Amino acid sequence: MADDVPGTKSHHEESSLDQLYRDVIFEHYRRPHNKGVIEGAEIVTKGNNPVCGDRVTVYGKIKDGKLDEVRFEGKACAICMASSSMMTEAVQGKSLSDAGAVADRFKAMMRNEVPFEPLPEVPDIEALEGVRKFSVRVKCATLAWTTLKNGILEYQAGRRGESSTEVSCTTD
Amino acid sequence: MSSRTTANELKTVISAPVESAEGSHCHLCAQCHLDAECVRRDFPILHQKVNGGKQLVYLDSAATSQKPRQVIEAMTRYYEFSNANVHRGLHVLAERATEIYESARGKVEKFINAERPEEIVWTKNASEALNLVAHGYGRKFLKAGDEILVSHMEHHSNLVPWHLLAKDKGCLVKGVKLKPDGTLDLEHLDQLLASGKVKIVALTHVSNVLGTINPIAKISTKVHAAGAVFVVDGCQSAPHLPVDVRTLGADFYAFSGHKMCGPTGIGVLYGRYELLDNMDPFLGGGEMIEEVRVDSSTYKEPPLRFEAGTPPIAETAGMAAAVDYLSRIGMNEIRTHEKELLRYALEKMTKIKGLKVHGPLDVELRSGVISFEFDDIHAHDIAHSLDVDHGVAVRAGHHCAQPLMEWLDAASTARLSVYMYTTKAEIDVLVEGLKKIRERFQAA
Repeated sequence: MADDVPGTKSHHEESSLDQLYRDVIFEHYRRPHNKGVIEGAEIVTKGNNPVCGDRVTVYGKIKDGKLDEVRFEGKACAICMASSSMMTEAVQGKSLSDAGAVADRFKAMMRNEVPFEPLPEVPDIEALEGVRKFSVRVKCATLAWTTLKNGILEYQAGRRGESSTEVSCTTD
Repeated sequence: MSSRTTANELKTVISAPVESAEGSHCHLCAQCHLDAECVRRDFPILHQKVNGGKQLVYLDSAATSQKPRQVIEAMTRYYEFSNANVHRGLHVLAERATEIYESARGKVEKFINAERPEEIVWTKNASEALNLVAHGYGRKFLKAGDEILVSHMEHHSNLVPWHLLAKDKGCLVKGVKLKPDGTLDLEHLDQLLASGKVKIVALTHVSNVLGTINPIAKISTKVHAAGAVFVVDGCQSAPHLPVDVRTLGADFYAFSGHKMCGPTGIGVLYGRYELLDNMDPFLGGGEMIEEVRVDSSTYKEPPLRFEAGTPPIAETAGMAAAVDYLSRIGMNEIRTHEKELLRYALEKMTKIKGLKVHGPLDVELRSGVISFEFDDIHAHDIAHSLDVDHGVAVRAGHHCAQPLMEWLDAASTARLSVYMYTTKAEIDVLVEGLKKIRERFQAA
């Protein structure tokens, strides 16, 4: 039979794993920023991708309507861990609505709905651009952002404190 | 790969006139052992390169098996020569289709040594088969306070139907624990059976994560002594081990077609006739009725009572070809081949530093699946890297067995699974791939 079925993109140089596992991603994976629990956080939201087993919990401390501190905990793949780490940096100090908008914009970029532009707050996000070539991994990159957004909505809906909801990324 | 089927050859084969499933070449070479290289000639899909010229290495047969051309051709032939609805037409095609449909039932009956063909019910998959038992038997015979036993190594499809039943009837579902080596704790089973309230015991024959082969025959004696009905999930056993439902003592035995070289969209429920005969229908509709009035209806005898609507017919032609194919090679041969592969893979994998294999290490106690964890590298990274860099297909995740993942204290594992067409050379590709992945992740 023919090599690589015609019509499907072959992965050759273009999308080898080197494009996915960039050094910056490994740096965040090995030494994630803002990893840990925030006691008494107003936002505590779990995100779970049952298909591949990625699990994160996002914590947000709110002060004067802003995300004063954002942290995450989790057991997940390199892409998910790195993206979670970058997410905490991207939204730290932002108002809830700005943070939600950043999360939406990031997800839209990862899904190729808008052009990829690194966020000024976190230049490292540029390293996640290659993930878009691997459709099965896009959900890994968006999990923490979806989880944060969900937590913000929960909070705004008045469910404060210990509320913790399960976000399934299977349909996201 | 000495035998790469070209696209043209494949076209010729498919459009060729009816060819016997007995085929022309042998699968059992001089020493009467299964020759995987020879078997592979029958599986067109295996002969392709993926991800930039890498030979496909398919190690995910526990999720679904690949199909030999005999099965693919049988289904094509059915559509080209015999397609019609079954059990209702008076024309020649309807007769042919009905003959194909019912003779396939007979083949499955013999394949698992049921007592009569009426004990074989066609379903759309194994999940439907288990739901059928929960609904048709459970809802009719269980009452509040009754207990249903499952185990911590069950696939969700052998848990959720019982949860639904328990919720509906006020029953209790209890799980048999596992021993540290990943085998069932039979003492715990005895304790649970001693309550005297257990009406159904639903266990898997082979774990889809650990590969553990449960001692079904031994367990059935205990289950029956306690007066319960024994439901066995045979999804991972029917394709890989010789199965004799009467020796096993299963009252119900469910399995799917697509994991045993057959098509998707078809499953099998074996049930002892006496039990099936006393059960209520699961789905209502055409084919399963005797007489219908506006306000009531009566139902056919098993198995048709449980086959409402137009069933998967081409799929039964595929199932018949699959059963013929497996029988011709021989289930003992397949098991021997897989044990040899397991031994080989376990020896190589347990030598890799940081690699942890789940489940029993004795190949006599396990079937051809190996779930593993590798250092702290997430299973998703492992599976994706094996695919992109090495053309190796494995599964990663919770394998639809979340209670078991909890027991393993793992959010996910990577899993390889083998079949009759798997070679030692493919295991080598996997092992080399794993070493490369560690290099990538360690260098980071």
